[in-house]
Amino acid sequence: MGDQDIALMAHLMRRAGFGATREELEARAAKGYEATVEELLNPEDQPTLDRNEMMRYHPWTWRPGTLPGMGAAEWLHDMINTRRPLEEKMTLFWHGIFATGVSKVDHYDDVMDMIVKFREKGMGDFRELLVEMAKDPAMIYWLDNCENHADAVNENWGRELLELFSMGVGNYTEVDVRECSRAFTGWTIEPKLPRGPIGRHDWFFEYRPEDHDDTEKTFLGHSGNFNGEDIVRIISEHPACAGFIARHLYNFFVADEAQVPAWSVTPPNDPEAVETLANALRENGYDMRATLRVLFNSDFFKNARFARLKNPTEVVVGTLRMVGGAEFPAPGIGDLSRQPSYMGQDLLNPPSVEGWHTGAEWINSGSLMRRVNFTAELVGDVSRPGIRDMVDRLEARGVRTAAEAVDGCLDLMGPLEVTGESRDELIGFISEGGDFAWGTTEDVASSTRRVSELLQLIVSLREYQYA
Amino acid sequence: MTSTKKDPVLVVFQLTGGNDYLNTVIPYSNPLYRDNRPVVGIAEDRVIPIDDKIGFHPEMAPLKHVYDRGDMAIIHGVGYANSPRSHFRSMDIWHTCEPEKLGTEGWLGRATRDIDPNKENVLTTVSFGPSLFRALALPGVPVAVVDDLDNYGLLPGISGEQRTKVLDRFARMYSPAIGSSAVMDYMGQTGLDTLEGADILKEAPRMYSSDVEYPDTPIAKKLKGIAQVHMANFGTRIFYVDHGSFDSHSNQTGMHDKLWHDVSHGLAAFLDDLKEHGVDDNVVVLAFTEFGRRTHDNGSGTDHGAGGAAFMFGSGVKGGQYSEFPSMAEKDLEQGDVVPNYDYRGLYTTILEDWMGLDAKPLVGATYEKLGMLS
Repeated sequence: MGDQDIALMAHLMRRAGFGATREELEARAAKGYEATVEELLNPEDQPTLDRNEMMRYHPWTWRPGTLPGMGAAEWLHDMINTRRPLEEKMTLFWHGIFATGVSKVDHYDDVMDMIVKFREKGMGDFRELLVEMAKDPAMIYWLDNCENHADAVNENWGRELLELFSMGVGNYTEVDVRECSRAFTGWTIEPKLPRGPIGRHDWFFEYRPEDHDDTEKTFLGHSGNFNGEDIVRIISEHPACAGFIARHLYNFFVADEAQVPAWSVTPPNDPEAVETLANALRENGYDMRATLRVLFNSDFFKNARFARLKNPTEVVVGTLRMVGGAEFPAPGIGDLSRQPSYMGQDLLNPPSVEGWHTGAEWINSGSLMRRVNFTAELVGDVSRPGIRDMVDRLEARGVRTAAEAVDGCLDLMGPLEVTGESRDELIGFISEGGDFAWGTTEDVASSTRRVSELLQLIVSLREYQYA
Repeated sequence: MTSTKKDPVLVVFQLTGGNDYLNTVIPYSNPLYRDNRPVVGIAEDRVIPIDDKIGFHPEMAPLKHVYDRGDMAIIHGVGYANSPRSHFRSMDIWHTCEPEKLGTEGWLGRATRDIDPNKENVLTTVSFGPSLFRALALPGVPVAVVDDLDNYGLLPGISGEQRTKVLDRFARMYSPAIGSSAVMDYMGQTGLDTLEGADILKEAPRMYSSDVEYPDTPIAKKLKGIAQVHMANFGTRIFYVDHGSFDSHSNQTGMHDKLWHDVSHGLAAFLDDLKEHGVDDNVVVLAFTEFGRRTHDNGSGTDHGAGGAAFMFGSGVKGGQYSEFPSMAEKDLEQGDVVPNYDYRGLYTTILEDWMGLDAKPLVGATYEKLGMLS
């Protein structure tokens, strides 16, 4: 198998998952690219994680309610250890679009229930997911649809459904917002009990016919006595809908786009690619699995290596998958689960319904320092199985000179592509210690230490922030 | 502002988790206090009286000294209407000044932008805590986030000569290169800013010496870090720090004692330290919490409430009591809680205008009644 097969497989696994060890990449490359895509697209063929393990060691991670900072521990553990990487990646994708947070919902459990829905339905029919979100208690409370009554319309959900969840600004009128909202009157939650001492009661979706505006509406040029499901159907038949979801897919899986609020005035970077994805959605009845198949097998995807910046979750989970040693839910998992928030992505608590701004907006001095320090600490730990494996491979390759060590490390960490200047700096840094030797136990110990120092400098590179 | 006058500095101290107002500033002579606090109530002979109506929690003796010298203001009944009694939501409301809708910009992020619009100082605002509080969040506004000043900076896990070598390479790797993309350039500049901020900050402990002994507690360590950075004259105008959790649903007595013991001794040492070095005149501290707690105890602790107390400290503060202690009469309670009678945005306005010299209205959203402790 050629280096290019490994490089392409590494690219696929970074995007369709959270990266993979060299051993996994070699096994997947041996099976072939398209076979791997199919395996990723069919997560139900792979085993799930043992839920009892987390329950046994960290029972508070199960339905953590209102415990600040604890909500994402189980999810993060799932992302690190899943055998179904694309399923978790799609879950993160939808969480960024249907962005709902505890800053208002006030309960991790309700937002985690959404995460479970993304996991179960995120690779199916988008229209079904949209109806599911319209009935989701956290979403209903987040966007005030519980205050949307037949005799007093609240437009919050109706507007965001069109603006952020399906079509984007510029494809509908204010009248459409109003009519859309009317169709969702009576879609509410029960019980609306006040909160108790340390939390509150779980909510359930309830449809109240007596609070539903049971009269004629005119929405996107269609007239009828519409209910919520009709609205979702009409939206999905509008040409803008597939294009909007396609652009989200492109931004998340292929290359950084402008921020969502700018989409109505900024054309896509690659309009042809977005149109290909939009057509895949239309031709396959909004089946996400079929659309992702088109995406991962396309040339525009394969040619987009390192064309987007990693989000904080990708930094944390990807590095942990690379270095290994996080398979067991050890003490400290609570702090681990907060690492993405330290880098600006507080899972289950996005800054607003608009979700996180992506690309270069992830980076500021605080978050960059967090990224560098967290990843450098991990790769500096030579007891991690992933680091030991890299050292073993370098030894087996008989790496001797500084340039060989640098090229070997860059290869095993990706392969990672860096500028000539960066490579020169890495070589300059590591060449101070002379050539690498592997003859004696002392040689191996010294070479191991130097490799870990080199890896620390590599994760500090700007290039490591790209996926 | 003339060049001889020092720039005003604000330290915001967040009491995370909902501090129990009624057991911090205790209405000890009010029979309703006894009636409502059969379990967590503090005996009258343990209260440190301020006047014949109220007194401090017994662990607040060091702060009573501060109060007596006129450097501490108590702001009664602070909050906002319709408390959601939720940690997340309420803290968000305090951070963003948006009680009606979800806010994304922090009030201090906006203040930082106004103080340093051209981002000339990477240390205008320094937060001591593991994460960026939403109060400080504003896209494009840099805030230095420090966990531990003694161990601060890029790659703190690497030490000695090796670290110097690594950071030297880092600076070269992040330097501008011909033909680089806009995003690479932006990251390069950010990386160099980060290095610069860290380089400056790590000097602070070395430039510092003091006879004041801080207690060996996490919060005192952070406050000492603030004192060190302030004394190093890096131009930092806003500091942020938090301590908690004050969420005393159960076994409140021992837990709340320990919290106020640590806060009181830490804060008193901090204020003494600034005084000893003659750098106290341009610093005020605001201590706030997201809500007070239920008037009636629950048999072990107290549940989430509404109105609370805020405090201000510093020699620039006109000490005393501001606003009114809210009524504890049953008919005046809402869902069992004392009702806030002073809007927190008025307190922010007082600080932003009378201390920081900023135009508060765009930062807090409207015009609010100010208090007199800084004028």
